[in-house]
Amino acid sequence: MPCELPLTSRFEIPESHTLPVSQAYRGYETLATLFTLSPQAVIERVKASGLRGRGGAGFSTGLKWSFVPQNTGKPSYLCVNADESEPGTFKDRYLLERDPHQLIEGMVIAAYAISCHHAYIYIRGEFMLPRKRLEAAITEAYAAGLLGKNIAGSGYDLEVTIHRGAGAYICGEETALLESIEGKPGKPRLKPPFPAVSGLFASPTVVNNVETLSALPYILRHGADGYRQFGTEKSPGTKLFSASGHLKRPGVYEVSMGYPLKDFLEKECGGVVGTLKAVIPGGSSVPVLRADEIDAVTLDYESIAAAGSMLGSGGLIALNDSVNMVWALENLAHFYAHESCGQCTPCREGTAWAAKILHRALAGHGTRKDLELLLTISKNMTGKTICVLADALAMPIDSYIAKFRDEFEACFNR
Amino acid sequence: MVEFSHTAKTKFDEIVSRYPRKEAALLPTLWLAQEEFTTVTPEVMAYVAALLDLPAAKVLGVTTFYTMYHTKPVGTYHIQVCRTLSCAMAGSNALLDYLKKTFNVDLDELTADGKFTISQVECLANCDAAPAIQINATDYKQVSQEKMGEILKKLP
Repeated sequence: MPCELPLTSRFEIPESHTLPVSQAYRGYETLATLFTLSPQAVIERVKASGLRGRGGAGFSTGLKWSFVPQNTGKPSYLCVNADESEPGTFKDRYLLERDPHQLIEGMVIAAYAISCHHAYIYIRGEFMLPRKRLEAAITEAYAAGLLGKNIAGSGYDLEVTIHRGAGAYICGEETALLESIEGKPGKPRLKPPFPAVSGLFASPTVVNNVETLSALPYILRHGADGYRQFGTEKSPGTKLFSASGHLKRPGVYEVSMGYPLKDFLEKECGGVVGTLKAVIPGGSSVPVLRADEIDAVTLDYESIAAAGSMLGSGGLIALNDSVNMVWALENLAHFYAHESCGQCTPCREGTAWAAKILHRALAGHGTRKDLELLLTISKNMTGKTICVLADALAMPIDSYIAKFRDEFEACFNR
Repeated sequence: MVEFSHTAKTKFDEIVSRYPRKEAALLPTLWLAQEEFTTVTPEVMAYVAALLDLPAAKVLGVTTFYTMYHTKPVGTYHIQVCRTLSCAMAGSNALLDYLKKTFNVDLDELTADGKFTISQVECLANCDAAPAIQINATDYKQVSQEKMGEILKKLP
């Protein structure tokens, strides 16, 4: 593996969040190349790299950009999704705290590719140090002529505005994020129209995750082939995994896609505290994997999907055998019930009733009928709503019950 | 009647200039209002509505959709304890109980001296720091009850 990693190469350098340190370690170097390329050529290069959206959906980044229509007479917008809120995920926090200039450089690349002249960064309200670092980095970049008018003498202009969220998980959903920037409650929009055609202020818009954009400087510097040195054919590159739960060394780790999950737990995370019972591989929304299901799993979109779960945001939570799965599911149901925006009935009612039923069961009042009711509610939440928040609870409900049925029957026994 | 200070007015003008539609400045203006007036009361909402040419009901709807705008007073120190899975597995429930007992308050209730509010919040995206808490703008990692006691002693 080449020694320079695409995302975390500056993480351990003191003061890595400042412009002088970033520039001492190749920060913003790619801008010289960028402005010699046409926007179309940049899109082609990113398409060829195979970079897929790192927020959770895993959609081809270059392809997403190519959907932005040209010459519509409207401005196009880039929105950065820094509303990291999926339980178990904290990689964007690291990227913002440790290398905000890498993100800004990536933003300039993406914005140039889609001919955007005003980008918004939607950062979650609770992110204090990340926002402080980002604000300072943007100020430095403006002062150095790396943002604003005529960037690096190229004739290209880009304004950047930080838009602070105010506490709502749902605003990480891209159309809810747009609503929130427009000054409204974060309620997801019906699609189509997709944001590429009609997004922010009814204009062509791309929403990209912090990690996706942070990978762009490397791709521009080393080309698509350089990026494809890492990862697998279908999941090229590296990915940040946020590791938490019962692990000896929880943290954020950058690994090549295709890296064995077991090695990741043992080597990167220092092993499991106690006896491993289950792994949530991609943030709390994805189906859970039992410890006996992970032997052949590698950390890439395809392998995790083949095991019946999803890579999602890469928020990996390890659970040891001290955890009661009914308790764990109740914890998550509470989360989704709290975070449902309320506009779709199956989600508003379903998440709330699931949480109530689980809460009741934990208190010792669960009936066999309740367990069946929980599964019926889950069925009525799957694929029935504007966004996937309802599905994000239905997947845990179905998988926890299917894989730990005995624990649920013991709790729903009245 | 509430009114922004001169500094806040300047900030407000700068905020509005960052958006093609005035209405889009609502979230940042509410943040500014909270900094200025600490609580987003109905009077503050009416003021913000007038500034942005919006109906007051619209401002109320947005203010209450989000969890971080304070419509009721919070303490000088707002202690927010993460309750979601990784933090719960690391003992955040017991930490909350400890805090409620220490201050003899319920969640989101102001202590009699107005100094503290204890809240339970959803995932702070700080899961490798479980149990994670936030006091005002500061994050604290791996907060055991013992460590919590130390943190409270050191607060100015």
